[in-house]
Amino acid sequence: MKVVVCIKQIPDPATPYTLEEGTNWLVRPDEQILDDGDRYGVEVGLQIAEANEGTVTLVSMGPSGNGQGVRQALAMGADKAILIEDDALRGSDALTTARALAAAIKEEGFDLIIAGTESTDGYSGVVPQMMAELLGVPALTYATKVEAGEGSVTIHRQTNAGYDVVNAALPALVAVTAGVVEPRYPTFKGIMDAKKKPVDNLSVADLGIEVTSDQTVASIAEATARTAGQKIEDEGEAHLAIVALLEERKVI
Amino acid sequence: MTQISFDRPDPIDFLDIDSLLSEEEKLVRATVRDYVEKEIVPHIGDWWEEGILPQEQLAKEFGDIGLLGMHLEGYGCAGTSAMAYGLACLELEAGDSGIRSFVSVQGSLAMFPIWKFGSEEQKQIWLPRMATGEVIGCFGLTEADSGSDPSSMRTNAKRDGTDWIINGTKMWITNGSIADVAVIWAQTDGGIRGFLIPTDTPGFSAIDIKKKASLRASVTSELILDNVRVPDDFVLPGVSSMKGPLSCLNEARFGITFGAIGAARACYESALDYSIERHQFGKPIASFQLTQRKLVDMMVAVQRGTLIAVHLGRRKDDGTLTSEQVSFGKFDNVRNALEVARTARSILGANGITLEYPVIRHMANLETVYTYEGTNEIHTLVMGQAITGLNAFT
Ligand SMILES: Cc1cc2nc3c(=O)[nH]c(=O)nc-3n(C[C@H](O)[C@H](O)[C@H](O)COP(=O)(O)OP(=O)(O)OC[C@H]3O[C@@H](n4cnc5c(N)ncnc54)[C@H](O)[C@@H]3O)c2cc1C
Ligand SMILES: Cc1cc2nc3c(=O)[nH]c(=O)nc-3n(C[C@H](O)[C@H](O)[C@H](O)COP(=O)(O)OP(=O)(O)OC[C@H]3O[C@@H](n4cnc5c(N)ncnc54)[C@H](O)[C@@H]3O)c2cc1C
Repeated sequence: MKVVVCIKQIPDPATPYTLEEGTNWLVRPDEQILDDGDRYGVEVGLQIAEANEGTVTLVSMGPSGNGQGVRQALAMGADKAILIEDDALRGSDALTTARALAAAIKEEGFDLIIAGTESTDGYSGVVPQMMAELLGVPALTYATKVEAGEGSVTIHRQTNAGYDVVNAALPALVAVTAGVVEPRYPTFKGIMDAKKKPVDNLSVADLGIEVTSDQTVASIAEATARTAGQKIEDEGEAHLAIVALLEERKVI
Repeated sequence: MTQISFDRPDPIDFLDIDSLLSEEEKLVRATVRDYVEKEIVPHIGDWWEEGILPQEQLAKEFGDIGLLGMHLEGYGCAGTSAMAYGLACLELEAGDSGIRSFVSVQGSLAMFPIWKFGSEEQKQIWLPRMATGEVIGCFGLTEADSGSDPSSMRTNAKRDGTDWIINGTKMWITNGSIADVAVIWAQTDGGIRGFLIPTDTPGFSAIDIKKKASLRASVTSELILDNVRVPDDFVLPGVSSMKGPLSCLNEARFGITFGAIGAARACYESALDYSIERHQFGKPIASFQLTQRKLVDMMVAVQRGTLIAVHLGRRKDDGTLTSEQVSFGKFDNVRNALEVARTARSILGANGITLEYPVIRHMANLETVYTYEGTNEIHTLVMGQAITGLNAFT
């Protein structure tokens, strides 16, 4: 089984980030990490490949920087990586991102595509569905459990009440939620081997796609600081005040 | 460019020492840091208090990651750089010195002599299973009456036909009672030699040392060898002098140079967080000048120690590291780590004496680290001899 896992390298959320003057694009430092949410996708991909004598190909779009994030996923056990990097793709919106990823994945061939539900930095949460549409395969989203075997994939799709069991024939795309599995630690042997694994670099020209970027970021503002909460002194009546407040918010 | 959010420099890597590390080194470090945060930190306070260690589970997890004998080549070992080994020790010891000791003993003190001085057959028999954590090793050099002066050891091995008969008692042996194989150093007619003794050999027994107030999440034992008989192919063929055990210690001390900084970093981080949250006289205690002096002293000590460790790491990978330089690292980093731990302890006030915070645990552990693998005084004499040419040991 040929599994493709989409992974995004992002600036470490723990370090201060910078926006580019003029475009307001996020400055992507050399030092980027594997999006934590995508570690789950890699683990799911590896488990399915291991159970089905398959392979795992990573696909990532963006400035590769020093490639640490991709190397981490290779060290976890993925077989190879495809990096899409091109100045023309700077500032891509979600649809352009999906187009580029879909073109590379189509070229590579696949039985199953795994992606995260939403990224940690952009978190539009739409790239996976767009890719599925572009590739003409079903999108199984919000997966909290994934099982894939001969010719089909079954997931538990998280709902407000619990989960739905959703099944589709392969080829298909699954977007997993964080916590779906416990991502493995890269082993040191994996880290040593990762250096020797093939990494293909693709440009827009290689993909044969047209990039038209007609969106701009008009303005940005810092999020307003959270205001202090309301303190209720308990003189025997606090529970009534709390109940009233919850009713007002329509929580109860 | 607009800088969003806070623009405090990283208080943990003030000098950006990270920029001196390769991607691979950082990946190794991130793996161990992640593991320690998830699997060690939440439990270590309890293990320490109860004086226990889930050693079988840990050995397997360490083996799965590739921590055991990680910088050795072949025989199922990962074959990383020495720098990567050092960084792994740093992160392990940020968890607990006992956890790092477990890995040091297995990799540097038990696997290393087999890898370096063992026969091909010995390597095949032991190393792959030690790398996975299936087989645990220990290193028996110290005796009750022979500590800083190990060449005065009384444990001895005598020929009996083609066999050897070993008698003696080893003291303070990490992993002693949980080991499957003991590397025992003993006097012979042909000098000091190393023996690979399966711990189920008749005449071999181990008794744990209780009532420790340091390194409690680590097994320390006394080993008794009472007419232990082993065949000739259980002796390490490659060495017959103190050079054998000393070269192992050199490996482990290299790891401690990094490890001690991990313990110090954990104490500094804990004190920094605490000092910002804790209010007295209407403001955070971090806003008092006396506290800032302590915080800065700790930060500088941790950064300086890291630079020393990274420098020694590069030299080791280049093949230019001398044993005197390893003494420098062990000596200076451990004494500074202990100082940092004590300072951090004072910042935490009363909370600093509880195991709810990691500080006093590290502080107590570092007393062991100060003493084992060559005491502070012994390393002083090593460097003193190196710079004067005069021996002050005897
Ligand atoms: C300041 C700012 C302004 C933005 N403005 C716009 C805008 O105006 N219009 C607009 O459409 N978008 C905008 N974006 C979103 C940005 O274009 C997206 O971040 C990007 O296209 C990828 O989408 P995402 O990260 O939101 O993906 P999501 O859909 O949240 O990601 C889900 C999953 O898809 C996969 N994936 C996503 N991106 C990649 C990738 N590059 N490589 C490999 N796998 C990937 C991963 O598996 C990921 O877990 C903006 C982002 C920022 C930070
Ligand atoms: C928790 C723990 C685990 C250990 N694990 C192991 C292990 O796995 N394997 C192993 O073989 N050993 C192990 N050791 C033993 C350790 O290496 C010794 O304790 C150490 O070498 C010091 O020996 P000693 O305790 O006998 O002290 P001593 O040598 O008696 O020293 C006592 C004091 O005298 C000082 N001193 C000694 N000689 C001189 C001198 N010439 N000049 C100035 N000062 C001097 C010392 O520096 C020290 O301050 C462990 C110890 C501990 C505490």
